[in-house]
Amino acid sequence: MALLRHTPTEVKERKALMINPAKTCQPIGAMYAALGINGCLPHSHGSQGCCAYHRSTLTRHYKEPISAATSSFTEGASVFGGQANLLQAVNNIFTVYDPEVIAVHTTCLSETIGDDLNQIRDKAIKTGKIPEGKTMIGAPTPSYVGSHVTGFSNMVKAMAQLAEPTGKKSGKVNIIPGWVEPCDMEEIKRLAAMVGVDITLFPDTSGVLNGPLTGEYKMFPDGGVTVKELKAAGDATGTLALGEWCSADAARWLDSKCKVPCSVLDMPFGLAATDRFIDVLRTVAGVPVPDTVAYERGQLVDMISDMHQYFYGKRVALWGDPDQLISMTEFLVSLDMHPVYVVTGTPGKKFEKRIKEICADKPFEVKVKAKGDMFLMHQWIKNEPVDLLIGNTYGKYIARDEDIPMVRWGFPILDRQGHQYFPTVGYKGGLRLLEMILGRLLDRKDRDDPEQKFELVL
Amino acid sequence: MAKTKKVVQLMPTDIKDELLKKYPPKVARKRAKQIMINEATESEAPPEIVANVRTIPGIITMRGCTYAGCKGVIMGPTRDIVNITHGPIGCGFYSWLTRRNQTDAGEDGDNYMPYCFSTDMQDQDIIFGGEKKLEAAIQEAYDLFHPKGICVFATCPVGLIGDDIHAVTRKMKAKFGDCNVFAFSCEGYKGVSQSAGHHIANNQVFTHLVGENTEPKEGEYKINLLGEYNIGGDGFEIDRVLKKCGITNLATFSGNSTYDQFASAQHADLSCVMCHRSINYVADMLETKYGIPWIKVNFIGAKSTAKSLRKIAEYFGDKALIDKVEAVIAEEMLEVESVISDVRPRTDGKTAMLFVGGSRAHHYQDLFEEMGMKTLSAGYEFAHRDDYEGRHVIPDLKVDADSRNIEEIEVEADSEFYNPRKTPEEIKALEDAGYKFKHYEGLNPQMDKGTLIIDDLNQYEAEKLVEIMKPDIFCAGIKEKFSIQKTGVPMKQLHSYDSGGPYAGFKGAVNFYKEIDRLVGSKVWSYMKAPWQENPELTATFVWE
Repeated sequence: MALLRHTPTEVKERKALMINPAKTCQPIGAMYAALGINGCLPHSHGSQGCCAYHRSTLTRHYKEPISAATSSFTEGASVFGGQANLLQAVNNIFTVYDPEVIAVHTTCLSETIGDDLNQIRDKAIKTGKIPEGKTMIGAPTPSYVGSHVTGFSNMVKAMAQLAEPTGKKSGKVNIIPGWVEPCDMEEIKRLAAMVGVDITLFPDTSGVLNGPLTGEYKMFPDGGVTVKELKAAGDATGTLALGEWCSADAARWLDSKCKVPCSVLDMPFGLAATDRFIDVLRTVAGVPVPDTVAYERGQLVDMISDMHQYFYGKRVALWGDPDQLISMTEFLVSLDMHPVYVVTGTPGKKFEKRIKEICADKPFEVKVKAKGDMFLMHQWIKNEPVDLLIGNTYGKYIARDEDIPMVRWGFPILDRQGHQYFPTVGYKGGLRLLEMILGRLLDRKDRDDPEQKFELVL
Repeated sequence: MAKTKKVVQLMPTDIKDELLKKYPPKVARKRAKQIMINEATESEAPPEIVANVRTIPGIITMRGCTYAGCKGVIMGPTRDIVNITHGPIGCGFYSWLTRRNQTDAGEDGDNYMPYCFSTDMQDQDIIFGGEKKLEAAIQEAYDLFHPKGICVFATCPVGLIGDDIHAVTRKMKAKFGDCNVFAFSCEGYKGVSQSAGHHIANNQVFTHLVGENTEPKEGEYKINLLGEYNIGGDGFEIDRVLKKCGITNLATFSGNSTYDQFASAQHADLSCVMCHRSINYVADMLETKYGIPWIKVNFIGAKSTAKSLRKIAEYFGDKALIDKVEAVIAEEMLEVESVISDVRPRTDGKTAMLFVGGSRAHHYQDLFEEMGMKTLSAGYEFAHRDDYEGRHVIPDLKVDADSRNIEEIEVEADSEFYNPRKTPEEIKALEDAGYKFKHYEGLNPQMDKGTLIIDDLNQYEAEKLVEIMKPDIFCAGIKEKFSIQKTGVPMKQLHSYDSGGPYAGFKGAVNFYKEIDRLVGSKVWSYMKAPWQENPELTATFVWE
């Protein structure tokens, strides 16, 4: 029997009830971003349930320790303000855990009561709660605005705001990778190094959330962008922001406040988006692209041509976060696949417009929704099925009910591993995406083909 | 490969001092009262622990919130009620399928558990209030699903902006007529932990649901199983055993439960309490209002399961049942004994630490004892003093400022349905024979002298404890799992069971023995150093042999 057996085929408009969201709330994004700062302890300024939930979800996704502290609001603090809680917390955190940085984000609780993070930070500095040489940053992340992506963006902007331009250009390029996996961040660094561009990547969770088992637990692993590097971000020659939703705010802030020009690009998932990333990278740095990069690109094109018959015309439903979905939709279209349903829970009119542009003049109609939910997407699927699902773990209920193969990609993935070790950005990442998509489609073909048509070679 | 083990000769007082050393003075004073050396020397007063007090900000607690205790724990596992979270999207999202409350949708097939329902509050709802949106959401849920019940759960901002969720639900209940709609004021900031959420859930379920179905229920030896959430199928295993014994479980609160089970709980003749912390309120209220006595049971551990079954049989006092229970125990113990005799040589003498919610840090010690493993240290996230020291301390408990606003409801004997299940003489006869009603002795008596009992353990203390005492296994939750394992100590989650289970009942015990044997014996812990790190003195010489 179907697991989602109460989902009717008939679509009725809903104005108030969200069912099976394709998003979660801001602070978890801020927590993830903060983990990409070297020596940083994220801090949740709210009641402690939020922090426990965010840590648990990130831990289930990464199978890695996620440390974060909380102000642990009580009812009293919720009515009279949480300043005392945060000041106590800062003192306890530096005394007991000794991070280099505390990155504070807020919740719907502290935002509703109107706690002012800047004012509390000033108070913490004045009262000597922040030791010499240590840093505290803060980002407001109200859960009732936007989504987890907005929270990520807000914390990345708070990181950019550490910039202290000296007036002397460093010759480095800032790259803001957006909400991608630690291995994706590693891959972006590898590509930049291949092209020969000196970059500052922030945030950078590689080495933090994909670390080894050695017998020693380090609350603050070696990875992450340093405060020193963030301060120097104001001297960069420019900033590449990957993803409008995740990264543009921080890049634009550096542009307007520190005169560091920026380009906002799509996240480099798939062939064309990676092409544009490499092309802009070489242009802003004024360097030629080595053949090794073109070689990797050629491998990806080769695989597309080799296996094109299996991609051609396949209908795909995908859900997740806007920046990732835009590049993925473009990639699927370039494979002659048909991304027919595209849903994000994150608000933003521009999303629907971009997806429609990418799919314009293609031989299929795309149903796209921002601020949508997976209940609606499932109803679309029930009305007209698809060949493949691409999205986070919550899709497995639809995959099972409707018997559709599914590629796990995005956040959160709670029931498989690999996503933190094997990138899906860049040309290499494109190969891996193709491998995953083909694997699912061909497993299904092998399962469904009648005995006479079951074949060894595909 | 056996780990080389540091012989620990530290006194518990030294360990306690070590844990407290790094704290600012105020924090150290507070934590000192939450870290107890069990059965301290005779010259001292019996040790008291401070529990159920506010969390220290910034300390990296394991605790969650009231919403989690109410929606996530108590109401979440009920399959045929539509649970709507009134708040921004996070709370609903994070409590969506993340606790492993298994369910069997049965013949009617109603099962809303794979769904997440939320009002997804936006900034305009915070500014102008969310009551209209909540009302519309309830209507949409009703139109789409026509469930028996709709429950609404408040989150942090709801209390602050003053949405009257109870007025909205009353209105909708009256409007529908055939759907019970009620709400829980379980804002995350209430109380100091999940515990407040349990209490709020108990009160509302008892007020709005229990007793609603007045049709008598068929069955012999009718019980309720209170505080069992069917994590990893625990409740299924307990039900299997009960059924085999001929005992009828009318209502489980609330694993694999239904609306009707809650509504019919007053037809049982005995309440059996598994998780004392989360459900003792309902147990007391069932007794006061309907005359149903309650006993503490524990189905974690094969011997505990046998003991609990005997306790139930003794209550009913029927020879047929007593004989049946003995026969079932004898039959079930065959497999248990065969597995334990295989496993025990490898687990005997090993050590464990348990830091779990409000009940399992105690219950699971029975399983470890059966395996010959000693518990060095244990504690709860959010239990109260009675869960540590036993219910006899309840009259001494003081409700502090942080928990004072959790509603206490008054229940009276029902004028129509109150029916004492035993006469005072029968109760006395049982008690004279050593039978204990309404009795829970708590965690402390089970633990050895000199062990450390720690309330609201935090990240720093967990690391220190493991570093000093080097347990063979550490049990806690997902947030603790990987930091402990990075140090090379096996970690077992006793909330989610690491996707395993069941661990309750006889089959559960067998599963647990095998799982712990696997974990403490896994070779992976010997792979942490590369050969060149084990023998670094061999430097660059070419050796081909």
